[in-house]
Formats: sequence, C-alpha cells, structure tokens
Amino acid sequence: MKETDMLTMRGIHKEFPGVKALSNVDFTLRKGEIHALMGENGAGKSTLIKVLTGVYPLDRGDIRVEGIEGAVINHSPEEAQKNGISTVYQEVNLCPNISVAENISLARQPLTKWGAVKWKKMNRTAEAALDAVGLKIDVTKTLGDYSVAIQQMVAIARAVDVQCKVLILDEPTSSLDDQEVKKLFEVMKSLKDQGVSIIFVTHFLEQVYEVCDAITVLRNGELVGRYDVAELPRVQLVAKMLGHEYDDLAQIRSQGGESLSGEIRETILDARDLSKAGSIKPFDLEIGKGEVIGLTGLLGSGRSELARLLFCADKPDRGELSFKGESVRAHNPIDSLKRGMAFLPEDRKEEGIIGDLSVRENLIIALQARTGMFKLLPLARQNELADKFIEILSIKTASAETPVSQLSGGNQQKVILGRWLITDPDFLILDEPTRGIDVGTKAEIQKLIVRLAREGMTIMFISSEIEEMLRTVDRLCVLCDRKKVGELKNENITQHNVMAAIAGGNQ
Amino acid sequence: MSDTLSLIKSKGRALVGQRLFLPLFALFLVLIVNVIKTPAFFNISIQNGVLYGYIIDIINRSSELVILAVGMTLVIATGGIDISVGAVSALSAAVCVRLLGSSYDNYATPMVLAILAALAIGMICGAFNGLLVSKLRIQAMVATLILFTAGRGVAQLISAREIGGKMVPGQIIYVRMESFKGIGGFLPKVIVPTPVFIAAAVVLIFYLVLTRTALGLYIKTVGINSRAGRLVGINSTFIMFLGYVLCGLTASMAGVISSSRIYSSDANNIGLNMELDAILAVALGGNSMAGGKFSLAGSVIGAITIQALTTSLYAMGVTADQLPVYKAVVVVLIVSIQSEELKRWISARGGKKA
Ligand SMILES: Nc1ncnc2c1ncn2[C@@H]1O[C@H](COP(=O)(O)OP(=O)(O)OP(=O)(O)O)[C@@H](O)[C@H]1O
Ligand SMILES: [Mg+2]
Repeated sequence: MKETDMLTMRGIHKEFPGVKALSNVDFTLRKGEIHALMGENGAGKSTLIKVLTGVYPLDRGDIRVEGIEGAVINHSPEEAQKNGISTVYQEVNLCPNISVAENISLARQPLTKWGAVKWKKMNRTAEAALDAVGLKIDVTKTLGDYSVAIQQMVAIARAVDVQCKVLILDEPTSSLDDQEVKKLFEVMKSLKDQGVSIIFVTHFLEQVYEVCDAITVLRNGELVGRYDVAELPRVQLVAKMLGHEYDDLAQIRSQGGESLSGEIRETILDARDLSKAGSIKPFDLEIGKGEVIGLTGLLGSGRSELARLLFCADKPDRGELSFKGESVRAHNPIDSLKRGMAFLPEDRKEEGIIGDLSVRENLIIALQARTGMFKLLPLARQNELADKFIEILSIKTASAETPVSQLSGGNQQKVILGRWLITDPDFLILDEPTRGIDVGTKAEIQKLIVRLAREGMTIMFISSEIEEMLRTVDRLCVLCDRKKVGELKNENITQHNVMAAIAGGNQ
Repeated sequence: MSDTLSLIKSKGRALVGQRLFLPLFALFLVLIVNVIKTPAFFNISIQNGVLYGYIIDIINRSSELVILAVGMTLVIATGGIDISVGAVSALSAAVCVRLLGSSYDNYATPMVLAILAALAIGMICGAFNGLLVSKLRIQAMVATLILFTAGRGVAQLISAREIGGKMVPGQIIYVRMESFKGIGGFLPKVIVPTPVFIAAAVVLIFYLVLTRTALGLYIKTVGINSRAGRLVGINSTFIMFLGYVLCGLTASMAGVISSSRIYSSDANNIGLNMELDAILAVALGGNSMAGGKFSLAGSVIGAITIQALTTSLYAMGVTADQLPVYKAVVVVLIVSIQSEELKRWISARGGKKA
C-alpha cells in the first residue's frame, strides 16, 4: 500500500450460486479523492461495495485500509463503520415506520443516564444533520411518509453525520433533482477537502465529470481499468463500460419516425378538478391518444401524486376522471388495469419488486391479475413472455427462475418496467422508469417509449432528469407546490423554459 | 477420482440446498431413532381386517394435523397466523354432534347435512378472523385470540345437556349410530383408515387449486409485498380474507374427524393445543413465519414429523405430562438446524478464525 492510498482491494473474488459477480478485481482509492465506480447494470459495483463493508462474505482477496495493520475483513456494516467506512447502499435500508430523527440516530441515540432517549436532543441533532445536506423537513414525521428522494437524502445525511475516512455512495442521486444533486456535490467536495475519500456509484455520466477525480470501470464482474477523469473522454468511458462503441446521446426522436405533434388527437384521458387533500390540489388534464406527456417539478411538487390519482393507486377526494370516454367510478388499481392502464411506481423496493418471486413471476404478475385468478396463464406462455422481455430489456439474470431480489438494482428496475409492458396497455404511466438503469439501456428504453407512442400507446413520463424528458415528451406539465402551474408544448420544451417555468411557479 | 468426488460434493450440496431436504431429514431422524429403539417399528400387519402397526398409527393419527397444517400454511403465507384453529375444531365438532343427536335409531339431522353445517361454522369462524385481520387490520395474533378463547366457550354451550332439570353446558355428548364412526375409523371392507383418505384428498385438492389457478401466486405476492401486489391488481384484502376462511374450513374438517374418532364431542379436549402443533408443522416444513413463499409438501411432512415424534415418545414410555418437555427439546434442535441466522453465525465464526 502506498503512502497516498486510503484503501486498496486486491484480487477480489465473489461468487453467487451460478453467477461470478466479481473475479480478480483490484480497486485503489487514494486519500481525499472522489472515485467513480462505473459499469453496466449487473457489472458488480454494488457487490464490490458489499464485500468491502461486510454485507456479503468475501470469497477471496485482500483488503487494506489506511491506518490499520494487516488485512481488513469486515463482517458487518457496523464493523466497517468502526473501521472508518460509512456507506449509503443502493436500496435505502432505513426503517420506514419510525421517524426521520430516529432513523438518523439509529443505534446511537443520545441517552439520559437512566437510559431513556433524549428526544429533543435527538431531533435537534437530526435537523442539524439534514441541514448539512440542505434538507429542511419535519424530522418527527415517519420516514415512510416521505418520497424516495427525501429518504435517499436522509440516508446520505445519516452516513455523512458519522466520522469516517471513506464514504461510499451507491447511486445516491438516482431519484434526486438537480437542486439536491448540487447540494450533495457541495457536501462531497467539502468532505473531500477534509481528507475523506469517497466512492461514488452513478449512471449519470455528467455527474462523474462534474465531481470525480478518478474512475474505475467494471464489466461483467471483471476490472476494465482505473483512469483519471481528465484522461477519459465520455465516449471512451461509455465504450469501456459496454465493451463496444456506443453513442448514448444520439437523437432519439429522429429514430421514431414522424412526430404526430400538431395533429389533433382523440382524447383518451380527461381529468377535471381532480384532487386529493394533502397530496395534490385540483387540476385539469386532457391527454390525447399516442401522446407522450411529461410531468416535471421540484421534489415534493406533487408529480408522483398526480400520476397516482390517474391510476387510482390513491383515491381522489373529488373531481371527475374519464378514460376512453367513460367516466371512472371504481377506484382500484385492478379496475384501472382492466381499463387498459399501467402504472410503474417510483418506489421500486416498497411498491415494485416482489422479492422472493422469480423474474418470470414478477414479469407476468400484472398480466395474470388482469386475466383473472381462475385463468392461470399456461407455463409455456409465461416462459415465452419472460424470455422475450428478458431479451428486449436485456435483463441480466442467471435464469427466468432466479428470485428477482438477487438481481442488481438496475436489472430489478427493468423487470418491473417489463411487467407493465407485457400488459400492452393503452395508457402507460412511468414514474422514474429509468432509475438506476445504465446508459446503454436507458437510451434503448427512451427509444422504446417513443416508438410505442408512435404505435398508438399513450405514455405519461416522470423523470427527475430533465434531459431525458426533453428527448422523449411531446408536452410537459409543470407542477409546483402540489399544483399544476403550466404546460409547455413541442418547440417550447427547452431546458431553459422548463427551468423558468419551475422557478416561475415558485413565486 | 477427484472429479467424481467433487461431483458427489456438488450433487450433495444441491440436495442439501433443496427446500424439502431439511424437513425430510428431520422426519428421517425421528424414524431412525425409532427403528433403533423399537425394531418392530416398520412392521405392518393385518389384524381384524385392517392395517395395523406403528407406522400406520402415525399416519392415521397425523391426519387432523396434516389437514390443519394445510390451512395454517396459507394463512402464514399471507403474513398472518391463526391461533384459533383448535377452538374452531372443537366448535365445529360440537355443532356436528349436536345436530346428529344421541339416538340409537336414527340421526336427528342427516349426517351429510350435519357435516356441512360443521364445515360452514368453520368457514364462518374463518371469515370472522379474516374480517378482523384483512379489513380492520387488527394484528393476526390478537384477532384470532378472540376465537381462541371464545370458541371453546361457545362449543361448551352447544354441548349442554339436561341434568336434573337444568341445562348444564360442557357435557360430553355421544353419537350412538355406527356409521358416524366410519369418518374417524374405517369404512366397511377398507383396510386403510378413513382419515388418511380425507387428509390425502384435502392436500390434493388444495394443491391443485393453488397450482392450477393463480391463487398460490397471489398468496405469495400478498405475503411478500402486499403494496406491490395491490398495484399490480391483486386484491390483497380479499386474498388474506380467503386464507382465513380456508383455514377455518380445514379446522372444522379436523374437528369432525376428531369427534368421530371418539364418537362424541368433547369441547374441552378436541383440538386442544392443536394450533401450536399446526404452526409448528408449518415451521418444520421450512416455511417462513414472515409469509411469502410456502410449500404444502413441507407442511405435510412437518405435520407427520410431529405426530411421529409424539407417537414414538409415547412408545418409549414418556408420560403425557412429560411429553411437551421432550417435544420442545427436539423441536428446538430441528428448528435451529434450519435457522439461516445460525448458519451465518457459524460461517462468520469460521471466517474470523481463518
Ligand atoms: N444476493 C445475490 N444472490 C445472487 N446473485 C447476486 C446477488 N447479488 C447480486 N447478484 C448478481 O451479481 C451480479 C452483480 O450485481 P451487482 O448488484 O453488484 O451489480 P451492479 O453493478 O451494482 O448493477 P446496478 O447498476 O444494476 O446496480 C449480478 O449478475 C447479480 O445478479
Ligand atoms: Mg448496484
């Protein structure tokens, strides 16, 4: 280990039954650097982090940490933390049913000498910790009541709050808006200045070029190489990750053929004065057949809430909703499904994947529910569909029978996206569909969305990544403070206008 | 040479990794101990025109537990639990016997109707539990505690008899007609005990319903992630409710068989402590108590294991009041073999030393 190194991992091997997740991987983290760990979905990034921090036992390999004699093997994240490694895992692993403050001080609550929790002190500490990452929320509220993005920020605040030498962030920005990302980067940079080394996993290339000093690329569980950011242009980075040349920024719209914008479309969905107290204020919305409509707004602006009302995932308090010319009375997801709607929720872990079920079962479950309990889809048909969508979405899995919980984060996301595509809906609502998905597949999915719309599917698209929306949508609804404040169409949809609209709504 | 060795090793590991390996292994252990202790253990003979032997006795006596375990498996798979099954068995038995009456000449109600009424009572009890848990969101343990305590009381009220001009509850009421004994005993000219047929039929029917419809998939989904289940269009509330109704149904079947065995309803003893054995059977079968994936076959093996344990402990001269102690020791052993946490702990220790 060199003087300048904070952490070295040499010859790391990790095998799961049937999957070589890591083979002979080397990784070096220097003191005071921000190091990007890159690779496609299922490349082994999270696994490398998990063997480092003791979530999984290591098969083989040598890990050294600065200031510690000899090889370091952590048996649990707590032990890793004692050794100075603090981690935010890809799947937020806080407790959704206790308060934010409790989550932040979990296992290290301030106690009185009688062993009782000092609530006031705990809440104040929590507020200070959140303040450091620029978040001002009620810390006494239950964590589960907040959106995924806020939960992610809380997890970050918790990790940053403890003294550490190495901070690991596994896709912390996957559902954050530009604002939060900016704040996070400030925090990261100031930690770096204090000498903390940071491992940063992300699929957003711009972010890598904005904050990182070095990049390590993994492919199929093997090390591709370690590079200085300055030496590795974007196109080459993508090529290293995929193993072949690829331009992820190629025009997507042009691929899909003629745009229908401008033509008068037949209305497929019409919402009048729809609202739900505490969730979204009354709004009107008319959507045409074959339209790709985007929803944008800051964190907590109500974009997910609006989508949930349309699918009847939540019951509206008042207002009228009609779909395909018929007034919607029954407010249950199953009824929406039967009408031809589909809804990919934002919260993959809590509302998306059904962990112990196989990839096949997770893929066909929505179609099965629509078909009815007594008409079990024949196994041959299930296998055919599963194989087809594993192929289309390039889902990396040992087999269709693998439990979905064993897939990497991005591949799980592809599975729940596939689940809804299989139902071949007329109206597809996608809330952060590309969350955690790698560059190559992300572009493929955007193309798929545009193509499906050309073929007549109506799509509602929500993403915290504005560029992604600019590339796919025909029309953009802007939300602010749980209220629909405006719309942008066609040529008016530009980064600048969107930003202005969001900001304008603020006043 | 080393190739064959590693092949055997990997084959062995594959076998050990099978879901049903541990439950079968546990059953095997119990049986082995028996064979050593009682060499005649596996002997089967025909006496008085019916099969006879330890093994037959175990399989016969485990019928009620097998049936109960099937229902319990479903409830546990949805993420719940039902501690009222023993009491519901007693209640259904009381209803059945009361309707049949104690005449030597004829049934007060045709036997089929009496049995159907008993099954209906079981399902109503299940529906009551299901309503509390799925609709009112009361904790399963608490919700089913109501019938756990009240069920037997009602069964005693039903089993009231006139003594000295007053109706006294909690009496043992006998059914005097021969044909009723056929359910818990033998049918004419059949050498296999009837309960074994009933248990086999119940297991088969449930298996078919769970695998030929999407019900099995729905139950697993609800147990694993009911919020995701709701969004993909599964009515989680209804599936949970259905689980309890089916569990009540199996409880009443077990109750009818038990009462036929003693051709009477004994509100104090029918199904006593059976809820614990049923839950244990599910656990021994390798099913997670947290819900989700389940294996009917595992639960059935678990139920037979428990009965084998009980019968063999009796055979070794353990008295009824000592029985729970021995059972507890064996159960702790079996359950800890299956514990993931223990495995991880052992491997972590091994890792530290290395
Ligand atoms: N618990 C597990 N059991 C079995 N296989 C696993 C398990 N966890 C991960 N894998 C497999 O290991 C490989 C690497 O997964 P990993 O989660 O490290 O990918 P990743 O690089 O983090 O991908 P993503 O960008 O999608 O998060 C994948 O093929 C995955 O299926
Ligand atoms: Mg990952």
